[in-house]
Amino acid sequence: MPDHANAWDLIVSGDEALYAIVRLSLAVSLSAVALAAAIGMPLGAWLALTRFPGRQVAVVLLNAMMGLPPVVVGLAVYLLLSRAGPLGPMGLLFTPSAMAIAQTILIAPILAALTRQTIEDLWAEYRDELTAMHVGPLARMTTLLWDARFSLLTALLAGFGRAAAEVGAVMIVGGNIDGFTRTMTTAIALETSKGDLPLAMGLGLVLVAIVIAINAAVWGTRVWSERQVG
Amino acid sequence: MRAPSSDLPVVLENVSLLSGATPILDELNLTIAQGAPTLIVGPNGAGKTSLLRLCMGLVTPSSGRITWGGRPDPAPHRRAIVFQRPVMLRRSASANVAYALAQAGVPRKARATRIAGLLERVGLADLAQRPARHLSSGEQQRLALARALARDPELLLLDEPTASLDPAATRGVEEIIASAAQSGIKIVMASHDLGQVRRLAGEVIFLLRGRVHERESTRAFFDQPVTPEAASFLRGDLVI
Repeated sequence: MPDHANAWDLIVSGDEALYAIVRLSLAVSLSAVALAAAIGMPLGAWLALTRFPGRQVAVVLLNAMMGLPPVVVGLAVYLLLSRAGPLGPMGLLFTPSAMAIAQTILIAPILAALTRQTIEDLWAEYRDELTAMHVGPLARMTTLLWDARFSLLTALLAGFGRAAAEVGAVMIVGGNIDGFTRTMTTAIALETSKGDLPLAMGLGLVLVAIVIAINAAVWGTRVWSERQVG
Repeated sequence: MRAPSSDLPVVLENVSLLSGATPILDELNLTIAQGAPTLIVGPNGAGKTSLLRLCMGLVTPSSGRITWGGRPDPAPHRRAIVFQRPVMLRRSASANVAYALAQAGVPRKARATRIAGLLERVGLADLAQRPARHLSSGEQQRLALARALARDPELLLLDEPTASLDPAATRGVEEIIASAAQSGIKIVMASHDLGQVRRLAGEVIFLLRGRVHERESTRAFFDQPVTPEAASFLRGDLVI
C-alpha cells in the first residue's frame, strides 16, 4: 500500500493490499466467532441448566471475563505459543491462527455469558413443558439453544464486534507483519503512529462500514426468519 | 425403546404441598384409576393447578407420597399434561408434534404418519407448516393436545385448557378431549366452567382450600351435593 494514499482512492481502485487486509481481518474474526460459539454456547447453556455448589461464583466470574483486556489475553497467548512456551513447538506465534486463537479466548466468555442468560430465561418459560415431555439434560440444551437461535444471533454479533474491534491481542500474537498478519485495527494503529492520519481514518471508516454491513445482514436475516418461523 | 410401564393408578397418600408456610394442598388422599373423565372444580386458589402438577410429577410434595402404577419414580411414561397456556416451540406445528414424538421415543421412520394422524385428529392438518407461535390460542391449545396425545398417554391431565378460548374454540377442544376419553385415555381436567363439567365429566372432585371436599359422580354432585360448600359453589355463591 503506497504511503499517503487517499483511503477512498484505495477502496474504489480495489487496492489489492487493502483488500488483503480486510480479508484477513474478517477471516480471523469470523473464525474466532465460530470457534468461540462452538465452545461458549454449549458452555453457557450448560451453566444455565446445571445446579452445582459454586455456580453463582462461576456465573460472576464468567460475566467478569467479558471484560478481559485484549492485551492481557494477547500476552497470555503469546506466552503459550512463544518458542519457549508449552505450545511453542507448534510454531503458531505470529500467524493468523494465533490471532484467531487469541480472539477466541477473548470472546468465548462473551458468548458463554450472553448464552447463559438467554437460555436461563427461556428455560423458565419451557421448564414445565420439557419436563412433562421427559426431555433429558442434553436434549434440553440443544432444544433451548435452537429455540433461542434468534436471540443468540445478538450474542454472536456482540462477539464479532468485540473481535473485529480489538487491536491489543492481534498486535501481540500476530505481530502486525505486512501482508501476513496485518489487520484493519493493527494497520490503523500503525498508520496513526506513522502520522498518516488520512489513511488511518480511511481504514477506520472501512472497518466501521464492514461492521455495520454485517450487523445489518444478520438483523435482516433475523427479521426475515422470525417472520417465517415465529 | 423399552415397553413403557403403566402410569396408572396414580395414588396420593397424605400428600401436602406447602408454599413457604402456606398449605396449598393439605393431607390429600386420592386414587386416580382408569375410568370416565374426572373433572376438578373449585374456586380460584383451591389448589386445582397444584394437584395436576403433582399428578404429573412436576412438583414434589412437601410431605406424603405419590406413586404411578405402583412406582415412586416421577418420570412420565404414559401420561401427559396440557397447560392453561401451553408453550409452543419456535417451529412449525408439525415440528412441534415431531418433537413430542421424538421425546416419547417414537422411531424417526414412524413419525411422519403419526404426525399426520395427530394433526388430523386435532383438526390442524391444514396448518401443519404454520409456525406454531403464529396460531390462534384455540389452535395452539389443539396443537398442545396433539403433542400430549403424541405420548400415547393412558392419563391426560388438563389444566383449564379452554379458560381463554371463545365458545367455538372451546367446542373444538372439548370434542378432542371427549374423543380421547372415548378411546380409553383417562382424563383428569381442572375447569371452572360448570357447563363444561356437565358435558365432559364422569365424576367430579370438588377442591376447596387444598382439600378434597367431595368426590362424586357428576349427576350426584350436581343433584345432591353433600357439603354445604359444594352446594353454595354450585349456586354460584362466592366460596372462600
